[in-house]
Amino acid sequence: MTDHSPVIEIKGLCKSFGSVDVLKGIDMQVNAGEVVAIIGSSGSGKSTMLRCVNLLETPTGGQILWHGKNVQTEIESIYKYRASVGMVFQQFNLYNNLTVLQNCTLPQIKVLGRSKAEAEKTAKDYLERVGMLPYQNARPSQISGGQKQRVAIARALAMNPEVLLFDEPTSALDPEMVGEVLSVMQQLANEGMTMLVVTHEMAFARDVSSRVVYMNQGVICEEGTPEQIFGNPQKQETKEFLARFRNN
Amino acid sequence: MTQFFNDVIQIVAKHYPFLLRGIGYTMLIALAGTLIGLLIGLATGVLRTCPLSKNGFVRMLQKLLNGIIAVYVEVFRGTPMMVQAMVIYWGYAYATGGSTLPLIPSGIIIVSINTGAYMAEIVRGGIISIDKGQFEGAAAVGMTHWQTMRHIILPQVLRNILPSVANEFVINIKDTSVLNVIGVTELYYFAGIIKRESFQTFQTYLVVCVIYFVLTFTVTRILRLIEKKLQGSDSYVICGSQSDPNAEIRVPKKQEVPND
Repeated sequence: MTDHSPVIEIKGLCKSFGSVDVLKGIDMQVNAGEVVAIIGSSGSGKSTMLRCVNLLETPTGGQILWHGKNVQTEIESIYKYRASVGMVFQQFNLYNNLTVLQNCTLPQIKVLGRSKAEAEKTAKDYLERVGMLPYQNARPSQISGGQKQRVAIARALAMNPEVLLFDEPTSALDPEMVGEVLSVMQQLANEGMTMLVVTHEMAFARDVSSRVVYMNQGVICEEGTPEQIFGNPQKQETKEFLARFRNN
Repeated sequence: MTQFFNDVIQIVAKHYPFLLRGIGYTMLIALAGTLIGLLIGLATGVLRTCPLSKNGFVRMLQKLLNGIIAVYVEVFRGTPMMVQAMVIYWGYAYATGGSTLPLIPSGIIIVSINTGAYMAEIVRGGIISIDKGQFEGAAAVGMTHWQTMRHIILPQVLRNILPSVANEFVINIKDTSVLNVIGVTELYYFAGIIKRESFQTFQTYLVVCVIYFVLTFTVTRILRLIEKKLQGSDSYVICGSQSDPNAEIRVPKKQEVPND
């Protein structure tokens, strides 16, 4: 991007489920090439915030701007918008009725209108990059959690999104499988992919992200560079949260 | 005792053209009725799970459609098919001033509508049993409700509801017998004719009983085989080098599961 307008801008975002206010006015922006790590304890609204960005949850207040346009009122198609904002889920959400390769080709064919040959070529490129090409004909039920998550990342990448959202991508994995997924994400970050990552992996947030956002009880409590947040947190809540993590 | 077996053999030998025609029509009506009923069920399932539109008019239309589907399901599940057959067949005759529908298509229509009401609930159960993540995984890449249903959800639903669909098919094979009230020439109807010719009520209906059982038993076995085939393998083995993408890849046959 030559102009430095943010890719995603979140303004006063609120979300309530019934009488429970989960998000109480979030303001944030994500610029091209940034890796923003969102940390915070369970129930702080991190995942809800991320799910509001691609409208899996409908915000009850505030705005989400995509290149300056309100995604709820000003963009031409929610489907096109979602195609350009990839998402990787905690529970992988691979399509259980399809093979690994089909998981990566179906969205390209149906949403982007690519030919089958083109979709397969793209899918195989990305499967190769995450090391899952040998499993292209396997079903999701036949591979491990770490492998599923790598396929899910390849599926998201195959859509050539501008931004990737990660919703606790390693939280459902066995400890020995976390590394393989994080290394794929690190590689993406190095290549300049714009990423918004909700995570409990503090080491990842510290080493890979360009900015860290600490959320607490539905608001952004503190944000800054990894050095600032981990090295010299200003707010008492941030200090306590990080101290809890260090003690574990 | 030998007399009894002679009677049975006589009935089969003399009336097998009737019996075969009866079997043919029974199976035709049951199969067509089950398949059309399944289509009705899938269509209502897609409609009822469609998220409500933001457009006020479309939203009203959706609610109206959902209401109609709910009434349809309740009415056709809550009344006997034999009565439905009479009402639809003679209702058509009444409305058109005496002309009637041909019998076999009438039978298929009645069984389809009746089965559709059950299938609507079976499919709805199948759809809500699919993990929410499947819907979200499809929504997140930009698929529409229809694309999600067509390519991700319904294939999984169909596999999961196959036992229930097989159940409906078996029920339909047996329940086509009630269509004799409007004169559809299915198996039970021919049994009546054979009985009136042979005066051997017990022997005739025993033969027909055995035929029904053979039909339903064969169908359940065949569908069980299809189900097993659809289950596929539990494991995926890469033969050869993992680092070489061109290494030979084979999926082992599913191991025989004992006690199955």
